[in-house]
Amino acid sequence: MHSVLGDRKSVALLLGPALLVYSLIMLVPMLWSLGYTFFTGSVISGFTWAGTANFSKLLDDPALPAALWFTVKYAVVITVGQVLVGYGLALLYVYFLRRAGSIVRTLVFFPVVLPTVAVALLFQKFFEFAPQTGPVNAAIEALGGTGVDWFSTPGTAFLVVALMDIWRSMGFYAVLLYAGLLDIPDEMMEAASMDGAGTWRQIRSIVLPLSLPVLVSSLVFSINGTLKAFDSIYALTGGGPGSATTPLTLYMYQTSFAYGDYGYGSTIALTLTVLCLMVTIFIFRGTRRDLAGVE
Amino acid sequence: MRTLKKIPGYLCVALLLIVVTYPLIWLFIGSFKTQDEFLNNPTTSLPESFTNFGNYTQAWSSVAIYLQNSLLTVLPSLALIVVLGTAAGFALEVLVWRGRQTTLMLFLAGIMIPGQMILLPLFTIYFNLHLTGTLWPLIITYTATGLPLTVFMMATYFRAIPKTVFEAAAMDGASVIRSFVSIGFPMMRNSVLTIALVQFFFLWNDLLIALTFTTDDAQRTVQVGLLNFTGQFGVVEYGPTFAAICINVLLVLVIYVFLNQRVMRGLAAGAVKG
Repeated sequence: MHSVLGDRKSVALLLGPALLVYSLIMLVPMLWSLGYTFFTGSVISGFTWAGTANFSKLLDDPALPAALWFTVKYAVVITVGQVLVGYGLALLYVYFLRRAGSIVRTLVFFPVVLPTVAVALLFQKFFEFAPQTGPVNAAIEALGGTGVDWFSTPGTAFLVVALMDIWRSMGFYAVLLYAGLLDIPDEMMEAASMDGAGTWRQIRSIVLPLSLPVLVSSLVFSINGTLKAFDSIYALTGGGPGSATTPLTLYMYQTSFAYGDYGYGSTIALTLTVLCLMVTIFIFRGTRRDLAGVE
Repeated sequence: MRTLKKIPGYLCVALLLIVVTYPLIWLFIGSFKTQDEFLNNPTTSLPESFTNFGNYTQAWSSVAIYLQNSLLTVLPSLALIVVLGTAAGFALEVLVWRGRQTTLMLFLAGIMIPGQMILLPLFTIYFNLHLTGTLWPLIITYTATGLPLTVFMMATYFRAIPKTVFEAAAMDGASVIRSFVSIGFPMMRNSVLTIALVQFFFLWNDLLIALTFTTDDAQRTVQVGLLNFTGQFGVVEYGPTFAAICINVLLVLVIYVFLNQRVMRGLAAGAVKG
């Protein structure tokens, strides 16, 4: 059989184009970007050799720890929010809306496919303070409070970003976790119920341990996305007020294109890549142990 | 008693539906308001008429070109992603050769690379090839960034098909290429549609790549165009801005509903036949 499906020419013909495009447009630029970390300048102004200046600049740059911290804070808060809300919804789908759930699932999933920019502009107007009071501030005022200028202070701006990102993506995590919960056999829950276990007890002792693998893959998925988040923040706050909501992705973009420094931009991009790799490895090592314990 | 116990659950569902739909309903209502209604009436008020499409015609006059640009970049990229990705998935999973595993891992690595890492070298390449100012940088970059996930998913789908199918075809004298074109690819019809759908939303919603490689208004895609829409008239013209966001949302809604059904039907048909 080996010879029948092992024709080298066919392999080259079928795999070649994809591999070529992928290598030229993603792998080569990745290495190229590493090379840029030793230069300053841009494609417009020209490049000059900088040695390790970019790396020493990285260590002295006060904006970098701020961006790094925001990236981590954002990733942790949004990931926890997305997965928790998604898990709550998935439990609701499985144990409450079993039959009528499909319409609710379709509706809640819809924001997932909406363009981030459209959602960001919508939320900007939804939380608007002036000149036109948005529904959120209108509701606060109707309840007797005073409206909040959400985008003017770091704390409230971050809150709106978090709410928006959770709103957009909860349907996705709900469906992902729902699929995992469906695999838990009904008989198990019935048996527990007959033994006198209440709903919370059933969730804690049966549902939670059995859905751990799919919870972990949701976490990986979410962290991977939130560390690289760019669109939502760029469109909603532009990184402001000041640079209070500027993650590494946006800082890299501003450095490269607003200030035309490709070398330092690439150094920031490298920092982000290293962060992503470290987190990925950390999660995989941690979860292998956890999952081994479950099985 | 049983119905009484369900009340908190129903309240949760009601609250959920309000949270999900209210911002969108509010957006839709706003797209029919005049500037005057925006500034002088409470934000939750209804517009005087739902048949005044003035906001929409004004929004459409600038959004149409952005939509055209988005279609002209996303559709060719999707076609390339699907064809190249399926062929590569077939070569990686069905065919027997050394280095398959390594190549698969190489593609897998691409899923984890942040887009920021490849932006600057690509900009240099496109600039030196005089491609900036055209839509080519977007088509090329979209195709490359869509490939890793597609190749990986297609390889997984091909794993489920018994290799004997292709071995039998080879015994009957079909070349490997021939059996891919007339057996492998058609078999993957529904998976291809699913992947194309997922990739469509990825590419349609992209901001980073489009923002980086489009230098003037004539090449803007719908996301970049929308972003620049707010400031376009000097003062914020709420009505047209709302209408422009609405056009984008409605378009995606149509594709979501239509293709979602199609994919579901396709999957069901495949299951019955199998």
